Amino acid sequence: MKETMVECKQLNKSFGNLHVLKDCNLTVEKSEVVVLIGASGSGKSTLLRCLNFLEMINSGAIYIDGKQIDPKKDNLNHIREHVGMVFQHFNLFPHMSVIENIIEAPVHVKKIKRDEAIADANKLLDKVGLRDKANVYPDQLSGGQKQRVAIARALAMRPSLMLFDEPTSALDPELVGEVLGVMKELAKEGMTMIVVTHEMGFAREVADRVIVMHDGKIIEEGAPKQLFANPQHERTQRFLSQIL
Amino acid sequence: MEDFFHLLGETWFGFLKAAGLTVQLTAVSLVIAICIGLVFAFLRISDSKLLRGIAKTYITVIRGTPLILQIMVLYFGIAKLILLTDFWAGALALAIHNGAYIAEIFRGTIQSIDRGQMEAARSLGMPYPLAMRRIILPQAFKRAIPPLGNQFIIGLKDSSLVGLLGFQELYLTSQSTAARTFLQFESYTIAGLYYLILVLFFTFLLNRLEKRMDVEKAGGRT
Repeated sequence: MKETMVECKQLNKSFGNLHVLKDCNLTVEKSEVVVLIGASGSGKSTLLRCLNFLEMINSGAIYIDGKQIDPKKDNLNHIREHVGMVFQHFNLFPHMSVIENIIEAPVHVKKIKRDEAIADANKLLDKVGLRDKANVYPDQLSGGQKQRVAIARALAMRPSLMLFDEPTSALDPELVGEVLGVMKELAKEGMTMIVVTHEMGFAREVADRVIVMHDGKIIEEGAPKQLFANPQHERTQRFLSQIL
Repeated sequence: MEDFFHLLGETWFGFLKAAGLTVQLTAVSLVIAICIGLVFAFLRISDSKLLRGIAKTYITVIRGTPLILQIMVLYFGIAKLILLTDFWAGALALAIHNGAYIAEIFRGTIQSIDRGQMEAARSLGMPYPLAMRRIILPQAFKRAIPPLGNQFIIGLKDSSLVGLLGFQELYLTSQSTAARTFLQFESYTIAGLYYLILVLFFTFLLNRLEKRMDVEKAGGRT
C-alpha cells in the first residue's frame, strides 16, 4: 500500500500584490521522486519553500506524514528536522569546516554526542565522496563539492523528505554530474525527494513523476516518459521545446 | 624643547596614572557600550514596531546631540539623583553614547550576512536564537571588527570630555599641569603623546585580533 509523505491542498501564496501560488494541490508518496519544472517565476521554488515553512502560505493545508501542520501551533523547528533542504547557492556556513557544518544541527538541535555525530558525518562524507575534505573550509571547495557537502549536511538530520531547490543551477556544467550522481544514489535508496530543476536528463532518468508549473498553477503532471513524449498542455509543449 | 623634555620627565608618574584612568574609563564604558549596542541592534531589527521605534529613537537622539551635552545632562540630571561617582557618571555617559553607534555597526553587519545562511540554519531545524548565536553572529562579529575598532578609538579619545566633570584622566591632568607650570603648549603636547601611544597600542591589538581570526580559520585547511 502507498503511504503519503506530503500532501498539499489548495495552497495559495502571495508576496504583496503578487499571487505566486494559485490553488496548488500536490501529493507525494513515500520514496517517490517528484521533479518540478517550469519557467522561472512560475512558483516552483516558492512551492518547495512553503513545504519547509521558509515561506508561510496564505491559505490551504499542508500535511506531512499524514498530519496537518499548523504553523501557529506546531513546532516548525521540529518539522524542519524531518525535511531536509538543499539550496541553489549551497548556503554552507563559511566559518565552519566541512565536518562542523555537518554536525552542527545534529549536535545542537538533536543533542547527539559530538563523537557520534562525527562518526555519522564521516559516513555521510564517504557517501558523497568527500571524506578527505572533512577539515577543509567551504571556500576551499568547488561548487560541486560544496553542494555535495550541503546534501550531507541535510542528510545528517536523517530527514524523511528531501527538498532540492535548483541544486545544480549555480554550478559549472562539468560539476553538475557529481551532484546529480549523489542525488540518484539517494533516490535509489528510497529517499522521498522533491526536486526543482532544469536538468531534464535527471527528470527522465530518476523521477517517478514530473510536475509542470506555470504562472503559479500546476498545469500538468505525469510519468516523465509520457510527459516528455506527449505533453498535453500547450504551455508544457512550449516550455519543453525551449529547453530540450 | 628643553622645557618639554624636562616636563615629560617630571610629570611621567602623574600622566601614567592618568593614562591608566583613561584606559579604565574607556574599557568599562566600551564593555557596557557593546552590551547596549548588541541589545539595541536586535531591537532595531525586531519584528515589533514598538521595539524598533524605541531603538530608533535612542539612536537618533544620541547621534543627533553632542557628547559633551550628554555627559552634562547625565551628570547634572541623573547622576545627582542616584548618586553616581564621577567615574561612573562619565563611564555611563560614554557607554550610552558609544552604544548607539555600536548598535548601528552590529545591525549593519548582521544584516549584511546573506539571507541564505539563516534559511539554511532554520531548514536544519535550528530555532531562531540558536541560528543567530551559532551561525549569524560569529560571521557578523568578524565583519564588525574594523568598524568597531574605529569606534573604540573614537571612544578612547572622547573619554577626554569626562575630564570636564573633574575626573583626573589624561586631559584634565594636562590641563592642571598647564595651569601649574604655565607650560601650556608642552603640557597638552605631552597628553597628546600619551593618547597617541594608547591608540597605537590599541590598533596593534586589533590588527592581531583580525589576523588571528583569519589564522584560526586557515588552521583547519589541508
